[in-house]
Amino acid sequence: MTATLTHAQPHGAGTRRASVARCYRFELVKLVSQWRIRLLVLACWIAPALFVAAVSQQSSLPVDTLFGRWMHATGWAGPLVMLGFAGTWALPLLTSVVAGDVFAAEDRLGTWRHLLVAVRSPRRIFAAKAFASLTVLLLLVAGMACSSAAGGAVAVGNQPLVGLDGHLLTPTDAAVKVLLAWVCVLAPTLALAGIGLLGSVALGRSPMGLLLPVLVALAMQLAQMMPLPVAVRLALPSYAFIAWSGLFTGPAQLAPLLIGIGVSLAWAVLATVLAYLLFLRRDFTNLSYDGSGRRAVTVGVLPLIGLVAVTAAVLTTSITATATGSGIGQDKVQRSVATAFAHLYRMQTEQLHRPAVTEAQLKATATCNKGSLQVAAQGPGNDWRCVVSWHLPGVQAVGQAIYQLDVTPDGRYMADGDGPKEVNGYFLVRTPEGDTPNPLWQFDGNVELLSTSKG
Amino acid sequence: MDALLAVRARGITKCFGDVVALDGVDLEVTQGQIHGLAGPNGAGKTTLLGLLLGLAVADSGSLDMWGTPVRRTLDAPDGVAGFVDGPGLYPSLTARQNLAALAALRGDDARTTAIDDALAQVGLTDVADDRARGFSLGMRQRLGLAAALLTKPRLLVLDEPSNGLDPAGKKHVHGVLTRLAADGTSVVLSSHRMDDLEALCSDVTILATGRVVFSGPLSKLAPEEQELDYRVRTSDAHAARQLAAETAGIRLVDDTGARYDAKVLVVRAQAAALDQLVVRLVQAGVAVRELSPLVSPLEAAFLALTAPEEAGR
Repeated sequence: MTATLTHAQPHGAGTRRASVARCYRFELVKLVSQWRIRLLVLACWIAPALFVAAVSQQSSLPVDTLFGRWMHATGWAGPLVMLGFAGTWALPLLTSVVAGDVFAAEDRLGTWRHLLVAVRSPRRIFAAKAFASLTVLLLLVAGMACSSAAGGAVAVGNQPLVGLDGHLLTPTDAAVKVLLAWVCVLAPTLALAGIGLLGSVALGRSPMGLLLPVLVALAMQLAQMMPLPVAVRLALPSYAFIAWSGLFTGPAQLAPLLIGIGVSLAWAVLATVLAYLLFLRRDFTNLSYDGSGRRAVTVGVLPLIGLVAVTAAVLTTSITATATGSGIGQDKVQRSVATAFAHLYRMQTEQLHRPAVTEAQLKATATCNKGSLQVAAQGPGNDWRCVVSWHLPGVQAVGQAIYQLDVTPDGRYMADGDGPKEVNGYFLVRTPEGDTPNPLWQFDGNVELLSTSKG
Repeated sequence: MDALLAVRARGITKCFGDVVALDGVDLEVTQGQIHGLAGPNGAGKTTLLGLLLGLAVADSGSLDMWGTPVRRTLDAPDGVAGFVDGPGLYPSLTARQNLAALAALRGDDARTTAIDDALAQVGLTDVADDRARGFSLGMRQRLGLAAALLTKPRLLVLDEPSNGLDPAGKKHVHGVLTRLAADGTSVVLSSHRMDDLEALCSDVTILATGRVVFSGPLSKLAPEEQELDYRVRTSDAHAARQLAAETAGIRLVDDTGARYDAKVLVVRAQAAALDQLVVRLVQAGVAVRELSPLVSPLEAAFLALTAPEEAGR
C-alpha cells in the first residue's frame, strides 16, 4: 500500500461551501440509490398503464370513480380515473415516502454532522433536499400521468371524452384537459410535500414524521366528506384534488380550481418556510436531539391552522353569501342536471340515428327536490329526485324522465335513471350497430359550489 | 509560534440547556501534531471535537484556526475534516460511491485515482464496490477516515476512530495518521483506548466533566521521579527477584493478580532505580525479555485525574 494523498495546498482562511447545485445532485444520488425510490419510480411508470389497460378490458367498470364509466369508450378516461385514485391515496403516500423522509433519513443514518461538515451551509442543504424531493415527486407524478394515458390510448384508443356536463370533448381537447388536470394536482401535491418536509424536520426519527402527509391528507379527505361550509372546504388544500373536475364542464368551473390551487400553493410555501426555520434553529452538536419535539410541532401546526382560518375568512367575505352554506342549492342542481341531460340526449339521439336536435331545441329543464316539499332542496344527500323535461321539434308532447341523485358534499353527483325505460331505464340502447351503453341511464355531474358561475 | 498553531482555543464554554458540556477549556494543537483527547464518558470530548469541525460555536471563549477566529457555526476554515459520533455513511451507496459523492459535493469531481488511493490507504480496496450497508463497525470507521482523507485535510478531527477495528485495521489507521502528521496535517482524536493514544499522540488533553485536567506532552504524565509498577520478564525469575530485593529504590509488588507465569515479576520503582536493576540483571547474566509499565503512564494519569471527578458526581 503506497503512502499518501497529495497534501493540501495552503488555503486562505475562507470557508468553501458546496454549491446548491452540487448538494442537489448529491441528494438526488442518495434518493435514487434507495431501492424503495427505484421501485416507486418503476411502479409509477408501469403500474398505471397496466391498471388502465386491464380495467378497460373488464366488463365491469369503476363507475364510482369519476369518468370510470367511460373507460370502455375512450382512452382518456383512464388517466382521469387514475388521477382520482392518485389524489386520494397515491400522492399522499408518495409525498410521505419522498418528502416525509428526506430529512429524517439523515437522523436515522446518523449522517447530519457528516453532511454539515461537507456542505457547511444548512440553508443549502435544505434547498437541495427540498428541490431533490420535489424532482423525484414530479418524476413520479409524471410517470403516473404518462403511463395511465399510454395505457388508455393503447387499450381503448384516442376517442372523444364525455365531459361532466355531458358535452363531448374532441380527443385533442380531452388530451389537453387531462394534462391540465394532472398539472393542477401538482399544487396540492406540493402542499403535502411541504407538510412532509415540515414533519421530517420537526419529528426527526419518529415514524409520525414520515406519516404526516398521509395523516393530513386523510384528515382533509374526511373533512371534505363532512357538511362543511364552502369557504372552509375551499380553504383546505385537498380541495384542489377534487377541483380539477371543473375543467371538464363547459364552461369550465375555473374559480374553485384556481382558489384550490392558490390555497395549495400557500400551504406549500408556508409549510416549507416553517420547515426551513425549524431546520435552521436546530443544534446539530446536541447528541440527544431526536426531533424538535412538541414545541416545534406547535410552531409548525399553529400557523397552518391560522392559514385555514384566514383563507376561510377571506373567502367568506369575497365570495357570496352562500360561502357559509353547503354551496349545493336547488337552482344549481336543476341547471346542472338539465344541461348534462341535454348533451347526453343528443348523444343518444346520434346513437339511435334519430334526427339531430340541438340543446336549444330541446329546451331541457329539471325540477329537483329532496323527496318531499317539507325538506329544503339544498345540500348533499342521496335523496335528491329530479324530473327532467324536454321538447322535440315538431312534437307537442313534452318528454319527461326521472332521475335519483346522490350528491356528495364536494358537489359531485351521480344521476341514476328511473324511467321511462325507453329513455333512461336500461343500461343499454339497441342501435342498428348493436347494443351500446345508454348515456342517459346513469351519468356523473358536478355542481359548482361557488355561486359566482352557473352550474 | 502562533503561526504553527492549527488550533488555539481559550476558555471555551459550551452548554446544552442546564448541562455544561465544556467549561473554560483551553486547547492548542500545533501543525503536524497528533493530539489525543481522553476522558470519561460525558467529559465533553465529542462536543469539543464538534466545535473544531464547526458544527457549533462556543457560548463563550475563543477558537482560532491557523490564526483565524471561528465565530459562527460551520465557519471553520477549509481543510478541516473528520467525524464525530461515528462516520456518516450512506448504506445504499457503495464505498466508492460514498467517496465519489462526497468528492463531487466538494467540487473535486470524482477522480478515480484519488478515491482508489484513499480506499487503499485504509485497506478497503477489496470492498470498494460493496454497499456500505454490509460494513462492520471497523470498516465503517475506515471508510469514514477515507472520506476525510479525500478532502486533503489540514486538520483531521476523529471521534473514537479505533472503535471496532481489528488489529489489521488498527495498523492501517495508525499508519495513515502517522503519515499524515509527518506530512504536516494536524490530527485531533478522541479515544478510550489509552494504548492507541500512547502509540499515536505526542500530546494529550484529559477532560473530566467539561474541564481540562491535564494538557501537554505524554512525557509529562510520567515524570522520571514518579514511581510506577513495571512488569519484568526474565530468563531467571528467582535470581531476578533476589536482585530486585537487593536493589535500592526497588519494591517487589504482590503480583499474584498480574503475573501470568513464573518468569514474570512486578516491581515498583522510579526510572533511575529501574535502570539500576536492569544493569544488575544483565551483569548477573539474567536476560531481560520484557519490561513494560503494568499500567501505562497515560492510563495511570487518566485514572488519577478523573477518578475524583467521577467520585464527586
